[in-house]
Amino acid sequence: MSATPLLELRGIDKSFGPVQVLRDVALSAYPGQVTALVGDNGAGKSTLVKCISGIYPTDAGEFLFNGHPVSIHNPRDAAALGIEVVYQDLALCDNLDIVQNMFLGREKRHGLVLDEPTMEQMAADTLAGLSVRTVKSLRQQVSSLSGGQRQTVAIAKAVLWNSKVVILDEPTAALGVAQTAQVLELVRRLADNGLAVVLISHNMNDVFAVSDRIAALYLGQMVAQVKTTDITHAQIVELITAGRSGALGLNAGNGSNDTGGEPAAAPGAAR
Amino acid sequence: MTSTALPDQESVATPAAVPTLTSHVRGYLSRVRGGEIGALPAVLGLIVLCTVFAIMRPSFLTTANFANLFTQGAAVTLIAMGLVFVLLLGEIDLSAGFASGVCAAVLANVVTVLGYPWYVAVLAAVLTGVLIGSVLGMLVAKIGIPSFVVTLAGFLAFQGIVLLLMEEGRNISVRDPVLVAIANRNLPPALGWALAGLAVAGYAAVQTMRYRNRAARGLVTDPRTVVLARVVGLAAVLGTTVYLLNQERSFNVLINSLKGVPIVVPLIAVLLIAGTFVLRRTSYGRHIYAVGGNKEAARRAGINVDRIRISVFVICSAMAAIGGIVAASRANSVDPNTGGSNVLLYAVGAAVIGGTSLFGGKGRVLDAVLGGAVVAVIDNGMGLMGYSSGVKYVVTGVVLLLAASVDALSRRRAAASGGR
Repeated sequence: MSATPLLELRGIDKSFGPVQVLRDVALSAYPGQVTALVGDNGAGKSTLVKCISGIYPTDAGEFLFNGHPVSIHNPRDAAALGIEVVYQDLALCDNLDIVQNMFLGREKRHGLVLDEPTMEQMAADTLAGLSVRTVKSLRQQVSSLSGGQRQTVAIAKAVLWNSKVVILDEPTAALGVAQTAQVLELVRRLADNGLAVVLISHNMNDVFAVSDRIAALYLGQMVAQVKTTDITHAQIVELITAGRSGALGLNAGNGSNDTGGEPAAAPGAAR
Repeated sequence: MTSTALPDQESVATPAAVPTLTSHVRGYLSRVRGGEIGALPAVLGLIVLCTVFAIMRPSFLTTANFANLFTQGAAVTLIAMGLVFVLLLGEIDLSAGFASGVCAAVLANVVTVLGYPWYVAVLAAVLTGVLIGSVLGMLVAKIGIPSFVVTLAGFLAFQGIVLLLMEEGRNISVRDPVLVAIANRNLPPALGWALAGLAVAGYAAVQTMRYRNRAARGLVTDPRTVVLARVVGLAAVLGTTVYLLNQERSFNVLINSLKGVPIVVPLIAVLLIAGTFVLRRTSYGRHIYAVGGNKEAARRAGINVDRIRISVFVICSAMAAIGGIVAASRANSVDPNTGGSNVLLYAVGAAVIGGTSLFGGKGRVLDAVLGGAVVAVIDNGMGLMGYSSGVKYVVTGVVLLLAASVDALSRRRAAASGGR
C-alpha cells in the first residue's frame, strides 16, 4: 500500500439544518486501488460524495490531496484537482452523441468553431485506453446505447481529463449480469491505470469482486476502513446494518472510528 | 493500446469498417426506423402538396406564384427560425407573433412618424426585439414562471402595446424605398446566379475541408459519393430555384419587368446559414442542445443554464423583429393586426412540421424553413382553390396536429428502440 493516500478526508461534519448527516468522517483513497464505500440507505454515502465534489460545503473537517491540505468550494475546484464523479443518474444528454457528451461544457475549439476532429480523436484514444470495444460508432446518440454502454461513456468522460480520483456512484445498479461484469472490469482497469477509484455500491458481490479496500458508513459515521482481503462478507453486512462487527466498528460509548486505514486495528485503541 | 480488434467486432480504437455508400444509406434508413425522421415528413409533405395543387390548379405552377410563395411565407419562416431556438430547450414562445407586431410598429413609428432613416428604424426594431426577449427570458429563467404562461401574458400585453403604438388603431404606412424593397423587389438576375454560385462553392469548400481534415487524422469520413451528392443536390435545388425566379413573370413586360430572386430569399438564406453555424459549430449551440436534452446534465457539466435560457428568448424575439420588418415591408404599412391572427400558430406549425421537437433537444433552423415552405404552400394553394380562410385555418391546424403527433410518436419509438 502506498504511503500517502491520494485523497484523504479527516473529521468531515455535515448537517442539513438540525440533521447531522456526516459525523467526523474520515476516508482515504489510494492511487491504483479501488476503495469501496458501502453503507445502508441514508448512511450518508451520497452526501459524502457531494462534499468531495464540491456540490455541498462541509461544516468542519479537512481535505488532503496528495498529502497537502486543499479546499474544495465548488465543482470546479474538485475538477481542477482531478476529482471526477460519475453520478448514479449518469448526467448524459440523450440527444447528443458520445463525443459531444464526453466533452460537454469543456469543448475543444478553434477560435469560435468547435474542433470536432480533435475531440473525436481524444474520445477514441480514451476509450481505447480503457479497452472499450463495445461501442460501434463514436457519433451515435447516447439514446441508442445500452445501460452498460452509457455507464462506459460516463466513466470515459470522467477519465478524459487526466483525472486522478474517480468516484463512481452505484455504477452497476441498473445493469444486467453481463453488463455489470463489463463495467466492473472497467472499474478495475481504471485503478490499474494508476487512478484512485472510489466505488459506491450496495452490491457486496461487486464490492468483493473489484475493491482493494472497503470503507463502511453507518448513520453518518465511518465505522471501518479495512483491506478487502481482511474481512468477510458477513462482517461487512454487520457493519452496514449494525455499525459494528466483533472488534470492528463502533465502540460502545465511543463514537470515534478507525481513521488510520490499517486493517483490523481496534477502533478504540486508535485514540 | 489496443490496436488489434476482432474483425467481427467493430472497435472505436480501430474503425474496422470504412463506410460505403450502401452502409451510409442503410445507416440513414435504420435511423429513420428508429424514430429519427427529421425533416422527412416536411419534404414528403411538400412534394405531395405541390403535386396535388399543381394538378388541381395549374396556376399554382406558374413562376409568378412560385415567387409569391417566398414573399408570402417569409415573415412566418423568419419567426419560426427564431422559435426553433426556444423549442430546442423544450420551452415555447407564444408571444413571438405579437412581438413581431410590436417591433414592426416601432419600425413604422421611427421611420414614418419620426422620419429617421431606414437603418435607424431597423436597428430600433431589432433592439426592441432583444429587449422583449431579455424580459421574457429573465421571467422564465430567473423567476421560474413557465414559459407558456410568461409568453401567453406577453401575447396579450404586446397586442395592447401594438394598439397603443398605433394611436388607437390607425395604421402607419411604410414608404421608405429600402424597407419596401425587402419584400417587394428582386435581385438582378445575374446577382441571383452569382449568389447561388457562391453558396454552392462555399458549401463544397466546407464539405471538402471537413472530409480532408477527418481523413488526414484517420477518422471515419462520410463516403466521397455522399459528400459529392450533397453538393450536387444543393447545386440542383439552388440552380432550379434561381432559374425559375429569373424568368419574366410580369403580365405585361412593357409596363413593368418582373424577374429575379426576391430579396427576402438571400435574407433568409444568410440567417439560415448563421443560425445553423451557431447551433452546429459553436459550443454555445452545443450547450443549447445539451440544456434541451438534459438540463441537470448540462448544469453538472458547468453550463450556465439560466444564461442559455435567457439567450434563446432574446434570439427568438430578435428574429421575430426581423419577421415583423419583412411583414411591414410586404404590406407597405403596419396595422394593429400585424403579427396577429394566424402568424404565431403558422410559425410554431412551421417549426414543428419541419421536424423540430416540442419536447426539446431536437431541431434545426433548416426545419423552420422547410416547415415554413409547407405552411406557405398550404396557404397559397388553398387560396388559389378558392377556399375560405375558415377552411385554411382548419387545414393548417390539422397539419400542425399531424406534425405534433409525428413528433410525439417518433419520440416514443426512439425511446422504445433506445435500449433503455
